[in-house]
Amino acid sequence: MTPIARTADLLLPVRPGRDSALMNGLLHVCIARGWIDHTFIAQHTQGFEKVQETVAHYTPERVAALTGVPAAAIVQAAEWWGTAPTAMLLHARGIEHHTQGTENCLTCINLVLATGKMGKPGCGYSTITGQGNGQGGREHGQRCNQLPSGRDIDNPEHRRIVAERWGVAEDELPGVGYTATEMREAIHRGEIRGLLCICFNPLVSLPDAEYTRAALERLEFFCVIDFFMSETARYADVILPGSLQEEDEGTVTTAEGRVIRIRQAVQPPGKARPDWQIVCDLARRLAPWKHFPYACVEDIFRELRRVSRGGLCDYYGITYEKIDAQHGVFWPCPDPTHPGTPRLFEGGTFYHADGKAQFHAVEYRPPAEDVDAEYPVLLTTGRVVSQYLSGTQTRRIGPLVRQYPEPLLEIHPDLAATLGVQTGDLVRVVSRRGAMTLPCQVVRTIRPDTVFIPYHWPDERSANLLTIRALDPISKIPEFKVCAVRLEKVVA
Amino acid sequence: MIEAGLEFFVDPSRCIGCQACYHACAECETHRGVSMIHLEYTDRAASPQTVPVVCMHCEDPACAEVCPADAIKKTADGVVQTALPSHCIGCTNCVLACPFGVPHYLPQLDLMMKCDMCYDRTSAGKRPMCVTVCPSGALAYGTRAEIETLRRERPINTFVFGPQVVQTKVQMLVPVGVEALEVDITAFMTSGQEAVTPPMPLSGAPTERKGSERVRGTGLEGQFPHLVG
Repeated sequence: MTPIARTADLLLPVRPGRDSALMNGLLHVCIARGWIDHTFIAQHTQGFEKVQETVAHYTPERVAALTGVPAAAIVQAAEWWGTAPTAMLLHARGIEHHTQGTENCLTCINLVLATGKMGKPGCGYSTITGQGNGQGGREHGQRCNQLPSGRDIDNPEHRRIVAERWGVAEDELPGVGYTATEMREAIHRGEIRGLLCICFNPLVSLPDAEYTRAALERLEFFCVIDFFMSETARYADVILPGSLQEEDEGTVTTAEGRVIRIRQAVQPPGKARPDWQIVCDLARRLAPWKHFPYACVEDIFRELRRVSRGGLCDYYGITYEKIDAQHGVFWPCPDPTHPGTPRLFEGGTFYHADGKAQFHAVEYRPPAEDVDAEYPVLLTTGRVVSQYLSGTQTRRIGPLVRQYPEPLLEIHPDLAATLGVQTGDLVRVVSRRGAMTLPCQVVRTIRPDTVFIPYHWPDERSANLLTIRALDPISKIPEFKVCAVRLEKVVA
Repeated sequence: MIEAGLEFFVDPSRCIGCQACYHACAECETHRGVSMIHLEYTDRAASPQTVPVVCMHCEDPACAEVCPADAIKKTADGVVQTALPSHCIGCTNCVLACPFGVPHYLPQLDLMMKCDMCYDRTSAGKRPMCVTVCPSGALAYGTRAEIETLRRERPINTFVFGPQVVQTKVQMLVPVGVEALEVDITAFMTSGQEAVTPPMPLSGAPTERKGSERVRGTGLEGQFPHLVG
């Protein structure tokens, strides 16, 4: 239970890895009780029949058995959602860090569409990103299968537009690359021999840390741009000191698609430089000068505006002046006189060619590694409020370190009793990948079949020594939220 | 003087335990390195509930009443000031008397210090430092009209400690119909085999639900004996 969950009227403490079953169950109840919007489904969507067929098997009783959430609670949640005049569905990494992460999201979207809660005030669906500019980075083409503005790198028309605006030949654009998790596999295969990392600490943040360590050791050349010497940077041949957000300027895009400005508060110390200058200098050594003519950050933003024009995330009409005047501008903003679009899909018009939203029927399937007699407890990993991501910044700030100095194993009193441990006792947690020993914190705010470890620490304190490398087949996100472990009391 | 109409509101239901208020307070140059805010889990085994405690600025401040040196002054705008260093004898009577556990005794200075609602800031029209850094609005400063527009919770400033009723300048935001809160996750789940029982609402037991009205506990149980509207 998180501080947010604490304030809820109803908590559905789903067994890790069963989210799509739960959402199918909610939709089942909404359909059975008539809490769906037939007009919206008919006018603005495709594919509802198949979903209806699928969720017919997800009765509250069956879902209760799968998820460990009482049937009455599922019905109650469906009733509150289905009968509310307006409702928003928001989630963060909790349902995404799974081998069914994409499917979990689709079942959420199915529920939102079937009840018509999209594209009008007080309604909608949103995924809250894990990082400050997680949203913006994706829109700008950082994903290995995308070009700027949400364009597909293997769509010929999208390639043509971007190549033309960049002034390059289309065949100079690369094809679909590897995600960060797949790169690690490719290093092990010997396919990738050199790597440039920017502000990335995979030794802490990727699952199965020993596998990451072995990959870093295999690299023939490894260069890191980071603002601090991270655990990953220990393996680098060359480290280029980059900058913190406070030392740089530009824009970030929030989870709601609002572009806001960030300003330089302090100069980078010593020989550290803003990341964009380092990247431009590297590019100028490797590529013709004409493609990297930027004199300032706003030049890069102007290029993004031009290249994103006409795409899904259209920044063309967004200027620094407009961002200042409007306290941020929501994309799409197709021309300079356009005020921006605070709400997507207004009037029920969607991005597919026919203007309709697509339902996707999803059958629940279990996580990659479920519990068994040898590893009988579910491990889920996550974050604490005082640490940020892999801790490269926050593990250096004294008051934040003192607030939560080391990872603790959250464990229910019932499970703790079977081990004979109390708060503060050391527990050894063992998975098929590795083992770690840490103090436990006995709390009634976690399921008795599940333990929780926050992931922000390196080396022997890394929860990712235990987690599994299994990936979602579509998004390639790892299954940080579910693996099987066994617990051993450490006798002093 | 603090401008009339501006009030300090504390809403523990919004606290996420980030300690930003605690650290921002500690950075103040008037008491550098020592935070005047208390931020604790009420009972971590039972709940992730945390509560920020600032000075409540009582109408009849027990700390000032028990001070033998008259070191604690209340200004005309109702703010109970920290101890005057020239007067304070370090007896800690105030520390023991405060029903909210607010005053700090600093042995290295032989001095009591406590939250003065950032009097240097608030008397100049600025918000208290803790309020400026709180990311979730658990600490708020503004007019009654502003807070009533933004929040479902309603402000109370009457606290009952046994036979003693304490009225405070600082307002606590509480839900309508606060009741005892006991959080136990097993009440919300099943292994899938046993008979299914209706879930207990997470907090405050909303037996009747009207529109968007919610009823829930504050997590203050155990922190304060009674809360009276």
